[in-house]
Amino acid sequence: MEIANIPFWDFFGVWVAALLTLFIFSFLYKDNPFYKFAEHLFVGISAGYFVGYYYYNVLLPNFWEPFYYQGRYEYLIAVILGITILFRLSRKQAWVSRFGFAFVIGCGAGINFIAYLQSNALAQIYGTITPLVSLVSGEGGILVDWKNTVFNLVAIIGVCSALTYFYFSKPHKGFLGGVARLGIWFLMISFGASFGYTVMARISLLIGRMHFLIFDWIETTINVINGNIAIGSTF
Amino acid sequence: MPKRKGGIPTLTSKAPTAGLLSVMVALFVFSLVPTVTWGQPAPRPPTNLQGEDFPLDDGRRIQLTWALSPDDREGGLVEEYILLRSTKEEGPYTELPYSIPLGSDSYVDSGEVDENGVTVVEEPRNNIKFYYKIIALGKGGVRSEECLIDGPVVATRQWFHPGRVNMLVASIVLSLLILFFIWQASLGKELYIRPLAGLEAVQEAIGRATEMGKPVLFIPGIMDMDDIQTIAGVTILGRVARMVAEYDADILVPCSRSLVMTIASEVVREAYLDAGRPDAFKPDNIRYLTDDQFGYVAGVDGIMLRERPAANFYLGTFYAESLILAETGASVGAIQIAGTAMPSQLPFFVAACDYTLIGEELFAASAYLSKEPKQLGSLVGQDWGKLIFLLFIIIGSIIAIFNQLNPDLISIKSWFEIQ
Repeated sequence: MEIANIPFWDFFGVWVAALLTLFIFSFLYKDNPFYKFAEHLFVGISAGYFVGYYYYNVLLPNFWEPFYYQGRYEYLIAVILGITILFRLSRKQAWVSRFGFAFVIGCGAGINFIAYLQSNALAQIYGTITPLVSLVSGEGGILVDWKNTVFNLVAIIGVCSALTYFYFSKPHKGFLGGVARLGIWFLMISFGASFGYTVMARISLLIGRMHFLIFDWIETTINVINGNIAIGSTF
Repeated sequence: MPKRKGGIPTLTSKAPTAGLLSVMVALFVFSLVPTVTWGQPAPRPPTNLQGEDFPLDDGRRIQLTWALSPDDREGGLVEEYILLRSTKEEGPYTELPYSIPLGSDSYVDSGEVDENGVTVVEEPRNNIKFYYKIIALGKGGVRSEECLIDGPVVATRQWFHPGRVNMLVASIVLSLLILFFIWQASLGKELYIRPLAGLEAVQEAIGRATEMGKPVLFIPGIMDMDDIQTIAGVTILGRVARMVAEYDADILVPCSRSLVMTIASEVVREAYLDAGRPDAFKPDNIRYLTDDQFGYVAGVDGIMLRERPAANFYLGTFYAESLILAETGASVGAIQIAGTAMPSQLPFFVAACDYTLIGEELFAASAYLSKEPKQLGSLVGQDWGKLIFLLFIIIGSIIAIFNQLNPDLISIKSWFEIQ
């Protein structure tokens, strides 16, 4: 029988990943040195990783390549604004950093204004405007499609009442209060559906991790011990 | 000549030169296979290559059309088309790596970026003349003659999109309403804002932290400062930090973005200054952890367990980490106030926190806490905008009933269609 082979560093990596997974899971019991070790390792490695990530995926393609290879000198403006933020390191000159911050926040707010107006306002209104009474052509002439009518009514009443809940400049009393309460009911029902949906997704993540621990780690290790899998010396 | 078991002739010492020569000849013949493809004829070229600026864009796309090769048919000689591009008519032309299948008589050249974000083909830049050629590729890589475009094509930027006039009108109406109410507020007109339950509890939460001698933890979400929810979260941070300074408590702000940390540090410093206690500001309490989502969560969970804050604020953009943070916060017994406009994460905050600012309440919170005329006016202006949108939905839905009977009737729904 041919014996399967696993490279040493792959096997080592599986063990490291499995132990770190267990260290993180140990948090479910209480804070402990194993969790602390995994936490600090995770935070430190990911912080360092992102330094490299930003260098290769932001600085090089978004500044250096257009600037150096295409002669697009306007990109220097972004670099200068970036450098102003470093003035935070000086107590006396810290005010210079406000130029960079102001640009980022101002652009973020301005660009998002249009994006949100399009996606959260106009597109929603477009989707919500449906016939209050849905009609279909039948043998006896024009008939009411009750099923679609109910769907449309639920959507229109739901959107209008939820929108009323987010009306801040009038007290929620009387008729307005009643409509706003209906709106919060619609919101809570949608939250419940969303909660269940997301919990299912999280369960699948847990299954994935358990699959790794049982098959990639425990089963492989047992097979190595029993001699069914040989540890190679290749990388 | 001796033969192997399979009957394949082998070279012998008797005729080494002749054998070697025959092998070389065979190799030479096989090396010609990809190019001559056993005499495969070249397909006839496509014709009438035309190009024009892609309409209503930012000047980075060119629309190309052509008449198909006469050999472009099922079972015909054409396999695909190849485009070549140059900034000079005489060349040199660069072959574009687009795969254009047979039967296609148009293509939009907009450059290409690989999965790592690296530019493979430079996009046609604004106001530069481009010349194109098209070739039909036959079986075995046989190429047709080239078809040159009739004159250069220039991609130009359009400053106005006629299909988005509705966006312009909505922006202007909303902006005018906001400006009007800001002006009203600045004149001293009292603008009412209804109480927000979550914010009524802010003072209670900070008071509790002070009494217990424990810190307040503020998480401004995991996105950067160009995110509108982070901006709202950091604005509220200023109000919370000022209250913390007045109560002589401590505030911890672990951040997942360096820019957020820098701005949060500035905001908290100013809050302490406003409260008249600049000496009590501790810069080390505003920390950067990591940009990684779950690395950040691990770090914040550790802080919660070790520092055991009495009040936790989660105000900003959150994703999958929301429940992990809120559950850990609940397990250490902190009073928790959350706020986000992420619909998928709100259920978790509603379930695990004491108070939750839902969606737009997050943006209203800052105005409610500060009572500044600009923020109050902005909020009331937005409310009027919502009222107008509400009326359009109701009137539009009523008119939509009659649109089913008479499609020529005015349709309010079409006013909100964005191209």
